[in-house]
Amino acid sequence: MSKERSGANILIEALGDLGVELIFGYPGGAVLPIYDALFQQKRIRHILVRHEQAATHAAEGYARATGKPGVVLVTSGPGATNAVTGITDALMDSIPMVVITGQVATHLIGSDAFQEADTVGITRHCTKHNYLVKSPDRLGDIIHEAFHIATTGRPGPVVVDIPKDVQVATAPYKKPGTIQHPSYRPQVKGDTKLIEAAVEMLAAAERPILYTGGGIINSGPAASQILRELARITGAPVTSTLMGLGAYPASGDQWLGMLGMHGTYEANWTMNQADLILCLGARFDDRVTGRLDAFAPHAKKIHVDIDRSSMNKTVRVDLGIVGDVGRVMEDMVKLWKARQHPKPDLTKWWAQIDGWRAKKSLSYPTSTTEIMPQAAVRALWEATHLKNPIITTEVGQHQMWAAQHFDFESPNKWLTSGGLGTMGYGLPAAIGAQLGNPNALVIDIAGEASIQMNIQELATATQYRLPVKIFILNNEYMGMVRQWQELTYSSRYSESYSDALPDFVKLGEAYGWKGIRIETPDQLEAGIAEMIAHDGPVIVDCVVAKLANCFPMIPSGAAHTDMILADDQVSGELDDEAKALV
Amino acid sequence: MHIKEGPKERHTLSVTVTNEPGVLARIAGMFTARGYNIESLTVADITEDDSISRITIVTAGTPAVIEQVVAQLDRMVPVHKVTDLTLLGDHVERELALVKVAGTGDHRIEALRLAEVFRANVVDTTISSFVFEVTGASTKIDRFVELMQDIGLVEVARTGIVAMARGKLAI
Repeated sequence: MSKERSGANILIEALGDLGVELIFGYPGGAVLPIYDALFQQKRIRHILVRHEQAATHAAEGYARATGKPGVVLVTSGPGATNAVTGITDALMDSIPMVVITGQVATHLIGSDAFQEADTVGITRHCTKHNYLVKSPDRLGDIIHEAFHIATTGRPGPVVVDIPKDVQVATAPYKKPGTIQHPSYRPQVKGDTKLIEAAVEMLAAAERPILYTGGGIINSGPAASQILRELARITGAPVTSTLMGLGAYPASGDQWLGMLGMHGTYEANWTMNQADLILCLGARFDDRVTGRLDAFAPHAKKIHVDIDRSSMNKTVRVDLGIVGDVGRVMEDMVKLWKARQHPKPDLTKWWAQIDGWRAKKSLSYPTSTTEIMPQAAVRALWEATHLKNPIITTEVGQHQMWAAQHFDFESPNKWLTSGGLGTMGYGLPAAIGAQLGNPNALVIDIAGEASIQMNIQELATATQYRLPVKIFILNNEYMGMVRQWQELTYSSRYSESYSDALPDFVKLGEAYGWKGIRIETPDQLEAGIAEMIAHDGPVIVDCVVAKLANCFPMIPSGAAHTDMILADDQVSGELDDEAKALV
Repeated sequence: MHIKEGPKERHTLSVTVTNEPGVLARIAGMFTARGYNIESLTVADITEDDSISRITIVTAGTPAVIEQVVAQLDRMVPVHKVTDLTLLGDHVERELALVKVAGTGDHRIEALRLAEVFRANVVDTTISSFVFEVTGASTKIDRFVELMQDIGLVEVARTGIVAMARGKLAI
């Protein structure tokens, strides 16, 4: 029996045993014993954010960029409730995260004590699992189990709520062995029979497409490599969801670009006309499928996912394979080779696809007087892509423009809030990504509205000398809201104008950042170069065309084939059915 | 604009879970969070060491919704096993009810006579009331309660459904 130590020290010890290097957090009354234990050790570095929501997004950014779980430490009550948005974000995007929350002492629970909130109750539906630790005896095992659950299967956030008296009380701690959970046993290896069937369907397909998603990124870098091999041997075109960008290189010949609401013409038409869709670690999200009864009407669908509940959730599939997408693809490639399937002749299919590609759906109107936001993203890509930067975004038009016009060649370089669509994600995520990759160029492509949602984190980057860059596409509108109002509500721009904007250059300078303003197309290249050259955090206020829209676009509730392109007439009013959809 | 819904099926699910605090809230909460129906829910621990509870849930939804309900239950960390007894085939469902009836004279005699027909036991009596204990399929209990309405029904307490597959195998 090892010697007894306080709950706070058990926590620190367990985190150390789990290889945790960084914790993002904010102190408060109910976590003081843990902060005192942190003060007296050197193994774990604590990053002090300026708001608990930012701690969760920073942890997400760290996790997404490194593949390691993000760890958050916040106090009870408001500390925990502020963290809820980021916890939900991590749940929606399957990001491994462990959130330690302080709680009032056990005898005060339920008494409406100061800074008390029912954290396990509140977070029950936005976590993969959560715990209220009632005794220090259980704490060590629970922390290890929490990491096991957060990082295996479909990754997600786990909350561990620790009352203050449990942090102070003592118990022995022993590092547990391999965790054999009594009920939680995610299926990693896919069923061989089903994989055989999938390979035969793929070999027989005349118009196949690989529809890839964030599951491939979550599966690890090896999954991205095996995807490239699978694409090579089958010759099939590849598209990806927002979350899966980078798994397949944008420079690859078989790359069609992103699919879905703001996906390319070729990606959406290829999905629509395919006779076989192989869905790899994606989940047929509404942003991808558009109108369900018109989604890929001719295609047989194979779905590979580690989460059984993703299957047949929105789209009925012909073959569902539960398992880790990397492992399943590996088995598929092995089997394909063992059966000596030749590379299928898809000449006719590719000719059709090339016809759709010829539409050049990502083209946009040019201007010599104004900076087009798309051109700004492209210029940013031109200037930085050789450095293999990590790009984070906020949420809105700039996010979609970044997804469309910034090309990714490798996984873990693209960090965005996909499922929840959380404005304010990008800056803290960039901070987390930079901490996990100290030498990388990390850029938050932002909008002037989103960036203000977690603007206080400028201070965090300053404090830790993090050279993150913020590139604001400033169009003085909540651009995506304004675009929808233009398309759906006859341009009645209700509350979507960004009034009373701060001077972002001066604001940056006030926090110790370098500020750069870019106002005309001829300043763009030099402004970006200056941003990259500065060895420290930089905020760039790039003034762009105010009323530019993000196209292509599939309106809510429309089919893939009803895509709107840049030169289509767009302003108008939609019917109630369409208005009811988000 | 009107909101449409598809035709629904009724399914009885048997769910074994780790007997830990909050597990029932987790299960019931999942149903509300995802907009699924709970028609009946019963829970009790079934192991000697109190480690595992068995939950019987009666739910209704389209076949696609039922499939999702099962999958969503199955992915929850404390859930050991989910069995769709309706899908599995033949199973027995039972419910227990306590039914309080008040009355004197003919009503009292009629209540006793009906109780006999339904094999209900008298578990409490005063000179002007009975509490009957009746078990059986839910439809039988519905019928018993309905008949007692005219005789002097005071109140009803029902357990909700417990269910088990027929035959020698465990779920």
